[in-house]
Amino acid sequence: MKTISLTIDGKRISANEGEKLLWVALGNGIYIPNLCGLQDNSQPPAACRLCFVEVEGKEKPVTACTETVTDGMVIDTRGGKALRLARTAFELLMSSQQVDCAHCAKNGSCELQQIAHHLNIKLKSNRFRRILRELPIDDSSSVFTYDPNKCVLCGRCVWVCRERLGIGAIGFAYRGFQRVVTTFAGEAFADSKCQECGECVRVCPCGALVFKNDKTEEEQT
Amino acid sequence: MKVAELSAITSAFQEIKNRAELRWQTLYDSGKPVIMVGTATCGRAAGALEVLKAIRDELKRQNLDFPVIEVGCLGHCYAEPLVIISKPEYPPICYGRVNPVIAERLVKEFVIGDNPCLEFVLGALEENDLVPSFSDFPRAKYEKKVILKNCGQIDPKEIDHYIAKGGYSSLVKALHIPPEQIIEELKRSGLRGRGGAGFPTGRKWEVCCRAVGEPKYVICNGDEGDPGAFMDRVVLESDPHSIIEGMIIAGYTVGARYGYIYVRAEYPLAVEHVQIALRQARRLNLLGKNILGSDFSFDIRLFQGSGAFVCGEETALIASLEGKPGIPYYRPPYPAVKGLYGKPTLFNNVKTFAYVRHIINDGAECFASIGDERSKGTAVFALAGKVVNTGLAEVPMGTTLRQVIFDVGSGIPGGKHFKAVQIGGPSGGCLPESALDLPIDFDSLSDAGAMMGSGGMVVLDEDDCMVEIARYFLEFTQSESCGKCTFCRLGTKQMLEILNDITQGRGRIDDIDMLSQLAEDVIAGSLCGLGKTAPNPVLTTLRYFRDEYEAHIKEGRCPALMCRDLIAYYIIPEKCERSCDACVGTCTVEAITTNKKRIKVIDQEKCVKCGTCLDACPPQYNAVIKLSPPSEVPS
Repeated sequence: MKTISLTIDGKRISANEGEKLLWVALGNGIYIPNLCGLQDNSQPPAACRLCFVEVEGKEKPVTACTETVTDGMVIDTRGGKALRLARTAFELLMSSQQVDCAHCAKNGSCELQQIAHHLNIKLKSNRFRRILRELPIDDSSSVFTYDPNKCVLCGRCVWVCRERLGIGAIGFAYRGFQRVVTTFAGEAFADSKCQECGECVRVCPCGALVFKNDKTEEEQT
Repeated sequence: MKVAELSAITSAFQEIKNRAELRWQTLYDSGKPVIMVGTATCGRAAGALEVLKAIRDELKRQNLDFPVIEVGCLGHCYAEPLVIISKPEYPPICYGRVNPVIAERLVKEFVIGDNPCLEFVLGALEENDLVPSFSDFPRAKYEKKVILKNCGQIDPKEIDHYIAKGGYSSLVKALHIPPEQIIEELKRSGLRGRGGAGFPTGRKWEVCCRAVGEPKYVICNGDEGDPGAFMDRVVLESDPHSIIEGMIIAGYTVGARYGYIYVRAEYPLAVEHVQIALRQARRLNLLGKNILGSDFSFDIRLFQGSGAFVCGEETALIASLEGKPGIPYYRPPYPAVKGLYGKPTLFNNVKTFAYVRHIINDGAECFASIGDERSKGTAVFALAGKVVNTGLAEVPMGTTLRQVIFDVGSGIPGGKHFKAVQIGGPSGGCLPESALDLPIDFDSLSDAGAMMGSGGMVVLDEDDCMVEIARYFLEFTQSESCGKCTFCRLGTKQMLEILNDITQGRGRIDDIDMLSQLAEDVIAGSLCGLGKTAPNPVLTTLRYFRDEYEAHIKEGRCPALMCRDLIAYYIIPEKCERSCDACVGTCTVEAITTNKKRIKVIDQEKCVKCGTCLDACPPQYNAVIKLSPPSEVPS
């Protein structure tokens, strides 16, 4: 494979031709906020709209997960236009997100906390109206708890369960604001075809899917 | 193709054409009157099927076997149901607003007798000395029918009618031309996609033609979902073969083997007509294996969409065709390179395909001679809302909004004042009176903040609140958003909440800034065309009607007296007639009482603002009025 070189935030980086910018940057220690992408998914969903960066020569910011790197590319991950979009997207996500870090198992390892820190905004931003959905928590699985109110609909769990593992216990249901990750016909996890492997919990960026206790998590890993 | 093969194609088609022409001629040469009833969906909604039955019953009673033909939509939807009677020695005459009683009279007095019943005439289809013809209408000066030419004039369920009117000869002509030359012809014609974005059709066909991958597909997007738009439905219902012919030519040009027509299931008549048309074309070997004996094979299937607006977006439509949820995915690669099942897929709107045969038949120059500098050909609009002549209009690109609304549409009913026109559906924008002289083409409209969209045109008058209109369209896009990407799912939701607040009197002054900021971000950040255009109605109303937003927020006043929370009903004592009780009886919540002077008074606490009292108050008194803000009501 041909090696090419590009510049991200002033740093010279070499990468393989055809790679997506997001993974090149992350692999070289340059953080770009992201939620929906998984490196082994060759078709990025491009759904979370957080990984906006500015590419020299392009008028509009682009999403790093869909942008293929090219030789001589110059990228600014901190450009004003890109940051504005990333911030709005993140604040929109948080506007319908239950925030309760003190009582959340993911406190400290939560990617939402990392993104908020990176973008320099509060988790409980008051820029937008708070619109919460108040959906029931599914505690039926012996391995994990699913709280849809904390879900950012990134879809990592859905992709892993369906594409990587070939199980397909969960998927997206409903449209628009009602969109939710759920089992077939919305049955409880315990009654679904979930095999309790816990892979979905491992890729969940936030507190929507958490192991029932730390001990279980260790056993599982 | 080889020369021997070409002559075989021509002679095979000539035989089909001769038979069709013979059938068409016998229809008129028999000396019997021919009766046509417009039974497209618009006609049916107005009672065309009852009219059809009345005509058939009356003919039966009289023991007459005159041909009665069901045709599509003529575009004069405001005057449905329409009946056309062609009788020897008379011009073909079109009658409007026909009901079963009138229909019976027409049969008795004109079909059998000799009285053309001039009182019911809408217009004649040809110029003559007896009755005014459609070409005498003021709108005729602006109309130019290309793809609507057959609509309402032939039976869409009869392939022979279509062929007798010149149908499928473009296909035969195209089979004689190398694909590259067809692409050149399309490029020279300047045809741009009629789905809304206006991408040059020739270039799209070229990309798909050059793309590598087998088999290739051709998809026709008939998932028309904009509120108030019905152009594609009319073409699908009234002239389905024109789309099929365009698609076969497309298949030949790009080297595709299969085609799909994606029609929404809410268009049952279009579905039926397309299915019949496909069967008939297959029977005549115009579709299927070795078309007309050539080495080119192409078949089309119909696919019914199940009601998601977002499936009109090409990547979502393709996902839906593949049996997946109709959710858009990231482009590029564009469908022309990697589409259905990962294969090169040519994707065009219903109307785009319908233009193809005209360009092949009449030549690129003929098409390019219609329209203005940057947009060629005609535009088809569905006129709806506060306009006298609702219906379809096909005008050359570059015609002004004023000409379409006031000359073709005959202006605003009820002597009301024009306020705005909403073009391009939920992705389009609201343009004010000052924009009326804008030429309608792809670029002028997008410069003004609206877009051509697929061609819906909703006219708004002084009684329409622009904030409410923006709210209405956003509510639509918000509930039709697939929910995949953050901006569309949550951004439009936030915008809708703000607009709800403003129309309900809870608006804050910083809401306007927040709305425009959010609108910009949703446009820049959304994944697909739905989100990228959803804020347009809000942005254009903010741009042209900012004063209405400010009146709602600062004064709690709705200038159009439309937003229910910001108005009150009031009975003017001086105008109220003592002996009249009309309003009292209609009030559903008993909010109207009669005072000592026998004047009626509304109890504002009880009033639910349903407006029935205003409708009930006899026009000679006109005592009930709306006031905004509600505090205007004298205590």
